Amino acid sequence: MEEQREVTRYLALKVGRALFVVWAAFTLTFVLLFVLPANPADLLFDPAEINSIPPEVREQVAESYGFDKPVFLQYFNRLGHALTGDFGNSVQSGRAVTETILDALPSTLVLASGALVLALLIAFVIALVTTSTRRPWVRNLVEALPSGAVSVPVFLSGILMLQIFSFRLGWFPAFGDSGARSVVLPLITLAVPVSGPIAQLLVRSFATEFRSGYVTTSYAKGATRNGIIIRDVFRNASLPALTIAGITFGNLIAGSVITETVFARKGIGRLTQAAINTLDVPLVQGIVVLVAASFALINLIVDLIYPLLDPRLRATLAVA
Amino acid sequence: MTVQLAAPALGRPLVKRLGELTRQPILVASWIVVLVVIGWAVAPGLFTSYSPFDGDTSASFAPPSAEHWFGTDRLGRDLFARSVYGAHTTLTATLLAVLIAFGIGTVVGLVAGFVGGIVDTAVMRVVDVFLAIPSLLLAMVVVSVLGYSTQNIALAVGISSIASFARVMRAQVLAVVTQDYVKAAYGLGVGRLGVMLRHVVPNSLSSVIALAALEVGTAVLAVASLGFLGYGAPPPQPEWGLLVAEGRDYVAVHPWASILPGVALAIVVIATHRISTSYRKEHRR
Repeated sequence: MEEQREVTRYLALKVGRALFVVWAAFTLTFVLLFVLPANPADLLFDPAEINSIPPEVREQVAESYGFDKPVFLQYFNRLGHALTGDFGNSVQSGRAVTETILDALPSTLVLASGALVLALLIAFVIALVTTSTRRPWVRNLVEALPSGAVSVPVFLSGILMLQIFSFRLGWFPAFGDSGARSVVLPLITLAVPVSGPIAQLLVRSFATEFRSGYVTTSYAKGATRNGIIIRDVFRNASLPALTIAGITFGNLIAGSVITETVFARKGIGRLTQAAINTLDVPLVQGIVVLVAASFALINLIVDLIYPLLDPRLRATLAVA
Repeated sequence: MTVQLAAPALGRPLVKRLGELTRQPILVASWIVVLVVIGWAVAPGLFTSYSPFDGDTSASFAPPSAEHWFGTDRLGRDLFARSVYGAHTTLTATLLAVLIAFGIGTVVGLVAGFVGGIVDTAVMRVVDVFLAIPSLLLAMVVVSVLGYSTQNIALAVGISSIASFARVMRAQVLAVVTQDYVKAAYGLGVGRLGVMLRHVVPNSLSSVIALAALEVGTAVLAVASLGFLGYGAPPPQPEWGLLVAEGRDYVAVHPWASILPGVALAIVVIATHRISTSYRKEHRR
């Protein structure tokens, strides 16, 4: 009974925090985009031409977006609509923000999920090689890879990919999003930097696991090195990778902004860039809130399933 | 009475440390790269005789040669000179960004961890929000509000990394305040402010400094990425990300124009990562 109450409290706390993050992201972007600029409607005009535009026109534009109403009224109005999934209309296209985002989402989901799978694969191979090799130079070389992966700018690796595999070898189309072949280069470009932090974490946790008592026990029982790696170490060492799920998500989003720009691919990243370039305030807010909400949801899921996967944590639920 | 956990590395004689360096050629190479690039930023004229702005349009898109190490761009400007002068723009912005994140983040984390209670809870919830928005996205939003310029990029990158500094500093402070020497200092009648400044701050800083070292590389990348996306200095200005972006349109025919400045940038980031890794390793000992 007591334990059940603790679990409920834990759940309530985590869900509450996630909801708070989403609300705060909405409020933060509202302050940044709608309150801080003296007249948000002015952001819609070219700064060089703004003084040549008659004040009446500017006022009219402000009015049509509701910018003339008191800030608090605007805030609650927007918040109320946002709760129903309505972030207003894009200034640039006039289409609903939600619809615009949903339109770009599938393309990014394909790219990001593919890149995530590839990144995990790269990270596991790196961790496996560093743990199982007996040649120091191989280990040193492979161990240096993750830090190299995060150091090379995504825009450079993308351009290199284009240059080598598109222009020189002609294996893949250079731009656009037609067919499965066009996703290969962006996918690799995005996966490499995302794999870095995961690999660094796995290398460390593989090493820790390998030193623990149960590995010695398994050896004593006659298990082979590879058997131990696959059966025990692999499973136990993978768990900590969940703790950086949020960071990984952030890297995927940031990486897709650049990747989609380099490869002229449709998606959330390119939509974000376009929204920022044209100061499409409602669209920017919609994207930021969506990203923050996804981040909060991912962390919430990790918080909730982690204790289920790691029995040691169940006892300490209350403190977590 | 002060039980200082002095960093072992600093205590060792300089000669011995230099001796150790020779056994780490990659670390030495990384330091050389960083020092040369700082040289580029401080006194670009010493490293190239070409102007970053004036080009010979009849010699546009010359391939790399002894005369033009990185080749020339569309307007015949020497790309090596533009990379050298670009170091100033990119590195100043990076330095400013790291200082903002380090300065504000450390103070916020210190106050949260040391004061505790409702202040801590409030600060950490705000930090949660900033961590929930990927820093590149947050930086893009901030730049769009402030206006496009390299200075604003620096501000934006700095602001978007405050949260991670605050979190690391807070965790470290929470660990330090339970140490015996802190309790001993209280027992001896040292005031809260005194304990904070004399014991908690110096003993908490090491991991934040390690993070700052790592952040230099991350910030260079962020500044260059925002420059690449076109939120930085307007085109005649040389900036590393912008140089790559300018060459990008011609990458099919003249690949070096985009790739060589980008490779220079990547080498610098790899070098700073190498240095920060060795700092962290040395510190863990």
